[in-house]
Amino acid sequence: MPCRIVNNTLYLEGNLTKETVPEVLYRINTLLKNQSPNTIDLSGISNLDSAGVAFLDELHNRLAAEGLLMFQGVQPQIQEVIDTFTSLKIETPTPARKMGFFEKIGDSVVLAAQNFYQVMMLASEVFYWSLIGIFNRKGQRKGSFIIQCSLLGSQALPILALLSFIVGFILALQASVQLANFGANVFIADLMAFSMVREIAPLITAIIVAGRSGSAIASEIATMQVTEEIDALKIMALSPVRYVVVPKFHAITVVMPILVMFSILVSEIGGGIIAIDYLDLSVYTFVQRSIDVLSMKDIVTSFGKSIVFAWTIVVIGAYCGFEVKGGAEGVGKATTSSVVASIFAVIIWDAIFSLLYL
Amino acid sequence: MEPIISVKNLVAKYGDNIVLDNISVDIFPGEITVILGGSGCGKTILLKNILRLVEPFSGSVKIWGEEVLDLDDIQMANILKKIGMLFQSGALLNSISVYDNISIPLELHTDLSQNLIDRIIKVKLNLVNLSEALYKFPSELSGGMKKRAALARAIALDPQILFCDEPSAGLDPLTAASLDELILELKKQLKMTIVVVTHELASIHRIADKIIFLDSGKMLFNGTLEDAKNAGIPQIDTFFKVGKF
Repeated sequence: MPCRIVNNTLYLEGNLTKETVPEVLYRINTLLKNQSPNTIDLSGISNLDSAGVAFLDELHNRLAAEGLLMFQGVQPQIQEVIDTFTSLKIETPTPARKMGFFEKIGDSVVLAAQNFYQVMMLASEVFYWSLIGIFNRKGQRKGSFIIQCSLLGSQALPILALLSFIVGFILALQASVQLANFGANVFIADLMAFSMVREIAPLITAIIVAGRSGSAIASEIATMQVTEEIDALKIMALSPVRYVVVPKFHAITVVMPILVMFSILVSEIGGGIIAIDYLDLSVYTFVQRSIDVLSMKDIVTSFGKSIVFAWTIVVIGAYCGFEVKGGAEGVGKATTSSVVASIFAVIIWDAIFSLLYL
Repeated sequence: MEPIISVKNLVAKYGDNIVLDNISVDIFPGEITVILGGSGCGKTILLKNILRLVEPFSGSVKIWGEEVLDLDDIQMANILKKIGMLFQSGALLNSISVYDNISIPLELHTDLSQNLIDRIIKVKLNLVNLSEALYKFPSELSGGMKKRAALARAIALDPQILFCDEPSAGLDPLTAASLDELILELKKQLKMTIVVVTHELASIHRIADKIIFLDSGKMLFNGTLEDAKNAGIPQIDTFFKVGKF
């Protein structure tokens, strides 16, 4: 597209569209280095689009700063395009101010405190309705407890079995090398029983449940929130907590100790293979010794803390679901944050239990 | 006049169901063509078949004389750069602001400088009356605002063909009327060819040059609005009498 300056007038001709604008801009920049026109002649323009108009606006602002500027020879049709697409008279909002460093820290502390308060409120509501729900099944669908037991419990068994077996196997393998050095082969049973029952089985189970069921709870509730299903429940005078969360809460309370028990059993099998095959223990010795070293307190603590883990996972999953913001994209975020937060909370709980019941 | 889009014997299937049965349509440059029909009659699927978002079962679709079903990805992309589409629900990218949504096609498909892109974005958003939402995120917008922002994105590159899937559904009558004005403006000043799917009678009367009437996958009528009213086809008569399906 040709452009030239004659007698302080800048002549633009041909197409002024998004394809030609970058080139015209380049040429004009070279022309304007040593001349400053006060008139722009558009009589030769045949095609103008919004990019062309934006270019004219830009040119207008630049030249107007240096002196008087006017357009001439504008055909009516071109003038209409300019009028439609001109950006000179548009007022736009200024972008929001960005927060400073300390502001951000303060903001996140306040937010964390608020979140904690809201989680506690939700937890109290969940506990309340769960207690009521034991005696009064109104407000829950029939059969939802069984469905949830199957979803949260039995369907987690295969993955839990695989992981528990591998962890038990590896733990025994690592320990056996050290124990064999001392000739303390028989202590493999003590080690497996203690570490699995007290610590590792509840923790692995909780992590799997958080990753599998906690995320499912969060995404289910978040989706319901986004699609206004939660609002629909409220309008039908049903408590969303009671209808959606309580069956899961009941189910996981029953199912979690069973999962932990299962995990202990399978990991003992994994460890037992090493003990029997590599450390030459008899099956009887391994089983007998494992049972002997455990006290009732160990088992009760183990199940007790697994239930606390389970409750934490459900409450955090539900909280992340209910607090979802921003459509479909928010569902993904809610799911992710529920898994991160519940694994974090589970480990904190584990530390507390270890300190209390060593 | 050469048609800009020419659809011949298009058949589309969903599983074993035939959703478009032997559709042949010509769309001419500089005209606004309105596709009418009841819910589930295949309007949206027709748009998607023309643009190959869904592959047709059989038939031929020509845009600018090129058989799009035979094009490879790069050739298709070159055609799509000259086409804009407004989706039914807006389909803004949720993770970025309205500003960024509109700047994506401008940044990725042109060599314009940032200043100019900035101006174009503001103009386009102003055209749809949404200047205040420039830096907002899609999740902060109402349904109607999302749709208008999406229209701004669809016309960011001044496309030569614009497809609008129910532009005025869910909008108040005033906003709907101003969108119609905008569509007419685009047609007049940028000589855009526009294909609109809509139910709104008022909107049809304001903008339609040609109408295509679909009924359960078959095309009942293709021609001007006046001819449609005089054609004596029962479904069309009912539509104009009752105002909806």
